[in-house]
Amino acid sequence: MSGTYLGMPAFPTAVRASTKDTQLRANLTHATHTIRDKRAKAVAELDDWAQLREAGKDIKDQTLHHLDRYLLQLETQVTAAGGVVHWATDAAEANRIVADLVKAKGETEVVKVKSMATQEIGLNEALAAEGITAYETDLAELIVQLGDDLPSHILVPAIHKNRSEIRDIFIEAMGRWGRPAPDGLSDNPADLAEAARLHLREKFLRAKVAVSGANFMVAETGTLVVVESEGNGRMCLTLPETLISVVGIEKVIPTWQDLGVFLQLLPRSSTAERMNPYTSTWTGTTGGDGPAEFHLVLLDNGRTATLADEVGRQALRCIRCSACLNVCPVYERAGGHAYGSPYPGPIGAILTPQLRGIQSEVDASLPYASSLCGACYEVCPVAIDIPEVLVHLREQVADQGGKGHRLEAAAIRAAGWILGHPAVLAAGERAASKTRKLHPQKSPGPGIGPWTETRDLPEMPAEPFRDWWKKNRSPKEGR
Amino acid sequence: MRVALFATCVNDAVYPTTAIATVTLLERLGIEVDFPAEQTCCGQPQYNTGYRRETEPLVRRMGRAFAGYDYVVSPSGSCVAMVRDNYLRIGTKARTEGRGSELTEVAESLTPRTVELTEFLVDVLGVTDVGAYYPHTVTYHPSCHGLRTLGLGDRPRRLLEAVKGLELVELPGADECCGFGGTFAVKNPDVSAAMGTDKIRNAVSTGAEVLCGADNSCLMHLGGMLRRQDSPIRPLHIAEILATTQAEAHT
Ligand code: SF4
Repeated sequence: MSGTYLGMPAFPTAVRASTKDTQLRANLTHATHTIRDKRAKAVAELDDWAQLREAGKDIKDQTLHHLDRYLLQLETQVTAAGGVVHWATDAAEANRIVADLVKAKGETEVVKVKSMATQEIGLNEALAAEGITAYETDLAELIVQLGDDLPSHILVPAIHKNRSEIRDIFIEAMGRWGRPAPDGLSDNPADLAEAARLHLREKFLRAKVAVSGANFMVAETGTLVVVESEGNGRMCLTLPETLISVVGIEKVIPTWQDLGVFLQLLPRSSTAERMNPYTSTWTGTTGGDGPAEFHLVLLDNGRTATLADEVGRQALRCIRCSACLNVCPVYERAGGHAYGSPYPGPIGAILTPQLRGIQSEVDASLPYASSLCGACYEVCPVAIDIPEVLVHLREQVADQGGKGHRLEAAAIRAAGWILGHPAVLAAGERAASKTRKLHPQKSPGPGIGPWTETRDLPEMPAEPFRDWWKKNRSPKEGR
Repeated sequence: MRVALFATCVNDAVYPTTAIATVTLLERLGIEVDFPAEQTCCGQPQYNTGYRRETEPLVRRMGRAFAGYDYVVSPSGSCVAMVRDNYLRIGTKARTEGRGSELTEVAESLTPRTVELTEFLVDVLGVTDVGAYYPHTVTYHPSCHGLRTLGLGDRPRRLLEAVKGLELVELPGADECCGFGGTFAVKNPDVSAAMGTDKIRNAVSTGAEVLCGADNSCLMHLGGMLRRQDSPIRPLHIAEILATTQAEAHT
């Protein structure tokens, strides 16, 4: 994944700052609550939402089951339509392919459609290292790029910024990247959008090469689909001479009929719209209409390995709608940056450790970045059981051992022994009850230090329930 | 009808009053309750922290302790959810990993019989008015596992609404997690505390005297924060409200 996130601290450390950043908390709470309420209404409008969700899940599962077959069909169709298909095993290979294609055109700049796949592989940084500037054209991506920042949300990468912060970024940075912000720019959303439009227009008209991702790839015709709100994507997809699309292999779906299901599920789940404003589809090349050259880079980068995991593979159903982020109480307080990956929130907590592995500290901490409250599973339009995968990945982290987990494993084993012997358990409970006056409520005991920073421990009762039962009800036993 | 109480390890050791209230309530409704002493813990903390194999002996113990009962009733949504949602997973994995089908059998036997207290009252006994009297303002926090895994819906609220003297006030943001999440509260103390603080602020804003829940784990976390902040609102398990009658309320 992206080099920019490398060396991020583990999740619990990263959130220490964000939970105390009141501005960030206010921005996030406002934004996520607004969108989650709207989404709930948009979803409630459809009587058959449950069936649609089931259909979306089934189509994805069926496709993943025969992924090789559909990818080959896709390749055949793209090629027949005049496109070129490239296969990239990892980020480095994908970046190499794109950079070479741009250089072969003699270009030093590209315009970009917002894409999670290119974020994942750190394409912009890789291109920059080759002397190629990538211009983001999605409004929120533009804000992140101008602000020299990292995205913090799948759908709204700049969700952590409010409009006055955005105005300051525009005034400060636009001039360095191209057309400066208009004089006296206000923080009125319409004015901010107009400033972005003017700034971007010259980029669209100048660019010879565009880079995009895709929301879906339809195998039967070799067609790629981008779903968006602003129209910048359509400009990128139609104006330049060369179009390079970098897409994760799990984005393929068999037919147009299947696409119909997702074009209902995606907008309602993500932007709470009945239908998104722009749906662009492109199939290979057509003389005199749109890009003369089309390249499709099919990205693996950990997906095949994820597919091999029986429980974890459901993460590949994800259509990146971001509904799970918007309902997640942990995401709301931690902010997207704490997840150390372009995929934050609940889906990030299960996707990132699968794509990157669990060796690094941040990746090993992600499966624990959830209270398992289940809100994410409830809203997911393709019914990914995120809590199930989280627990499954925790098992892998615990098995791997290492920092913190050795002590934890020992404690779990000791508890297991006690819980395997009710008499010992009863004795322990009795002892705890007897010494209850001595228990400190505030000073930390072993392993529960963080607990007592903000909470008192409960007082122990005079006697455990077991003893009450024995005294008051036991004779009934076997009655 | 043979009914066993699954008290849960937390209630047994820390909140015996909840288990006693459950017994009192069920007996008042004419149910003869048994407490098989072989029970200990459902394995939820171990399982959710990533120690699946370590839960296997506990699953087996649960199977033994509750064999032969028509219902296993528990005043803990998350422990019931552990049995209903995860035991079959644990059993299936144990079988694929070559440890036989004993755990799947335990899971298949326990899953349909294990019910949360409010489910038992409303669905099995068919009562909402349990004859309780509790003259206080109460707000209800539906813990995540009860709410989403078990789908308890409005059962707890219906039971509370039928309690004489009780005034139920809506908790803003009721469906949001309180931030406990078992070891989550220890592994991610900052986020957990931030979530708990918001929950408590909402609870206090209702002006209620009592913050009621059906899961003492969440109430332990929230109660610990309330005490630290010297908050006036008092956490209480729903069983203890439902068990209170006019006679007790005046003593
Ligand atoms: S996991 Fe589900 S809810 Fe989350 S982004 Fe993916 S599809 Fe949307």
